[in-house]
Amino acid sequence: MAEFEPKIVAFLCRWCAYAGADLAGTSRLKYPPNVVPIRVPCSGRVEPAWVVDALRQGADGVLIGGCHPGDCHYVSGNYKARRRVYLLKKILPELGIEPDRVRLEWVSASEGKRFAEVVADFVAELRALGPIGAGSDASRVTRDEESTALRGG
Amino acid sequence: MSPKSGDAIRPSSRHGPRIGVFVCHCGHNIAGTVDVEKVAEALARYPGVVYSTHYDYMCSDPGQELVKRAIKEHRLTGVVVAACSPSMHEPTFRTAGEEAGLNPYLVEIANIREHCSWVHEAGPATTDKAIRITRAAVEKVRGNHPLEPLQIGHAEKCLVIGGGIAGIQAALDVAEAGYEVLLVEKSPTIGGHMAQLSETFPTLDCSQCILTPKMVEAARHPRIRLLTYSEVEEVSGFLGNYHVRIRKKPTYVDPEKCNLCGDCEEVCPVRVPNEFDRGLSERGAIYIPFPQAVPSSYTLDEEACLGLEPLRCSECARVCEVGAIDYDMQEEIIEEDVGAIIVATGFELYPKEEMAEYGAGRIPDVIDGLEFERILSASGPTGGEVRRPSDGKVPKEVVFIQCSGSRDPELHKPYCSKICCMYTAKHALLYRHLVPDGRAYVFYIDIRAGGKGYEEFVARAMEEDRILYLRGKVAKVFREGDKVVVWGVDTLTGKRVEVKADLVVLAQAIVPSPGVTELAQRLHMSCLDEHGFLKEAHPKLRPLETLAGGVFIAGAAQAPKDIPDAVAQASGAAAKAIALLSAPALVHPPEVAIVDEELCSGCGICAPQCPYSAITVEEVAEVNEVLCEGCGACAAACPSGAMSLRNLTDEQVLAMVRAALKEAAEVTSG
Repeated sequence: MAEFEPKIVAFLCRWCAYAGADLAGTSRLKYPPNVVPIRVPCSGRVEPAWVVDALRQGADGVLIGGCHPGDCHYVSGNYKARRRVYLLKKILPELGIEPDRVRLEWVSASEGKRFAEVVADFVAELRALGPIGAGSDASRVTRDEESTALRGG
Repeated sequence: MSPKSGDAIRPSSRHGPRIGVFVCHCGHNIAGTVDVEKVAEALARYPGVVYSTHYDYMCSDPGQELVKRAIKEHRLTGVVVAACSPSMHEPTFRTAGEEAGLNPYLVEIANIREHCSWVHEAGPATTDKAIRITRAAVEKVRGNHPLEPLQIGHAEKCLVIGGGIAGIQAALDVAEAGYEVLLVEKSPTIGGHMAQLSETFPTLDCSQCILTPKMVEAARHPRIRLLTYSEVEEVSGFLGNYHVRIRKKPTYVDPEKCNLCGDCEEVCPVRVPNEFDRGLSERGAIYIPFPQAVPSSYTLDEEACLGLEPLRCSECARVCEVGAIDYDMQEEIIEEDVGAIIVATGFELYPKEEMAEYGAGRIPDVIDGLEFERILSASGPTGGEVRRPSDGKVPKEVVFIQCSGSRDPELHKPYCSKICCMYTAKHALLYRHLVPDGRAYVFYIDIRAGGKGYEEFVARAMEEDRILYLRGKVAKVFREGDKVVVWGVDTLTGKRVEVKADLVVLAQAIVPSPGVTELAQRLHMSCLDEHGFLKEAHPKLRPLETLAGGVFIAGAAQAPKDIPDAVAQASGAAAKAIALLSAPALVHPPEVAIVDEELCSGCGICAPQCPYSAITVEEVAEVNEVLCEGCGACAAACPSGAMSLRNLTDEQVLAMVRAALKEAAEVTSG
């Protein structure tokens, strides 16, 4: 059987992480093609429910990329993201999902190398974890229940 | 252009979305690793896509023409260009779309170069990723609405708060550009702290000589309305449209009539400490802060006066030959609409009484830097002779203590006050010039002399003027007879140092002007930093702006600053204000938060999430679109899904996620 190729959705803030991913490209740094980026204005825009939905839709991991603490274009969005992700990771095991499948990373616009490394590392980690539910009989809950539980930042 | 391999035209979906996909080769940059033909083919089969093609260089003129022609021929309702990063050509293709009659917000970029072809090896996985990225962009376009940038009108006046050098400079620049300025100053004269200084470092220009022409210029300027003895009482409104209410206290002296003869102060029976001389001299209840004050008029201090009625005293009115004194003068309320506000409220010195370890407040000959400025000043309480406060003797041994209250996180302020190294060098140097047989000692932690001519100035003080710099902190200052004994350590030699000084000058930390907290609240700037200085919108990229749109900062209100920096920042803030005032209309991106009033419960969770105070909640939440910067923090926090971001709704994101994750085989055309 071919090696398990995890699928990753990345919510990247346009000012830092998305621009960092751009720089990885301009610098021709190589990393695995498992990640599909989605540009958001700010990591603080990312709703925990989006993350859960991505995992339900077949993502093996979700990456949220924001500006380093103190660098947020909107002052404090990254701190909001950090709090939300912290809470989300507390809830994920209840849904039968390993919290390590969700990563919040600070990547500045000048950290192309760091973006490439973060993706490569995440892909390796998810390869080791395998597909969702592979290691446990995760009881799935309905989307409505998830949303009710997870909305509200 | 004739269709080629990969082109797909589908006449279906007459009523649904008609999206066109344009895959760029970027020469080999994309086509070298991504099978662009396959991408175009895959997208042609994607629901909602009616036209899909690929081309060598989509950003070239023929490439843009191709897009424009397709928009018209296929009546496209949305366009996805799969090419380089949106930071490169998003504006290019949005303009092209607009030229073909498509709203620019219906054009999206799928970044398959920086995020795909440049970072992966050629192969099916890379092409597959390009397809996923492009599909997600199609979903984005599908959910986009046509938008127009928000256009708002604005008032054409500028309010400058604070009449120190920063405020004066900002007011002059804005007025020179042709706009009306209200310059509000709370004390009876403009000039600020700079008027109190003797000379300025590193050039030793006489401070008043360079300042007073600017004060007069501001007062005489036809477009500057000077409001001294006034305070901003209320501010409402938002970017470009502020309504301000200013209270002008009565001075009881008609500035038009006052001829500065000074007879009134001579007969005034009241003596109170003179603030301008930092209490080193006295003034009457009727007084002028300093001879060159602007406006040039006496002021009657209501609180110090024996009573504002002829029966109580009225000595001043009796001697005033020109009849300038008017006990019936009333306070004035001025209401104006202004487009921009520049806050230049300046600084104060950290009270020396806080420095118990240096005996300040108990020992009269332990003074702060501004007191020493007054002692050095030719117009000061000692007429420019260096005489100490306690007994008027000329001090022969003077100790200067730097970082007094600064860089002391345990007891006082953790930050560096920036200007003290330089003004202490100036103080010691001027002292040596005025008292050639005197000795000057400077205790310092280290010398921070970054600035044009600054390092040379300190070197001159050390070498030419033989000032003894001692590296180390002072442990104790106490009185012994008529001497002030200073115990310290010279950390370079490791020896204890004792100086029996006649005068000790503390380079007190710079702190924000009192009252700035209240003012910030009035301006709806909840954003003071931990030390009470005004906080800029971004520490690196928006240092002149605040998070309140149209409110700018100048001078030491932001952080400790020397005169050149304060003046430069004031001109910068003025340029920002002028840019705002001169715009025919303020244009704001339309991708802002939007409330579904049906869903909103009015819980108010969103409002505190907003760093721009753009949300107000009464029955339901309401977004001030002009203030909203479109970060989406409110949308992420809303528990009922009522708050959303235009053209980045939950539905759009979830559709994009699905499009990014579905296997190619799962996607079939509708």
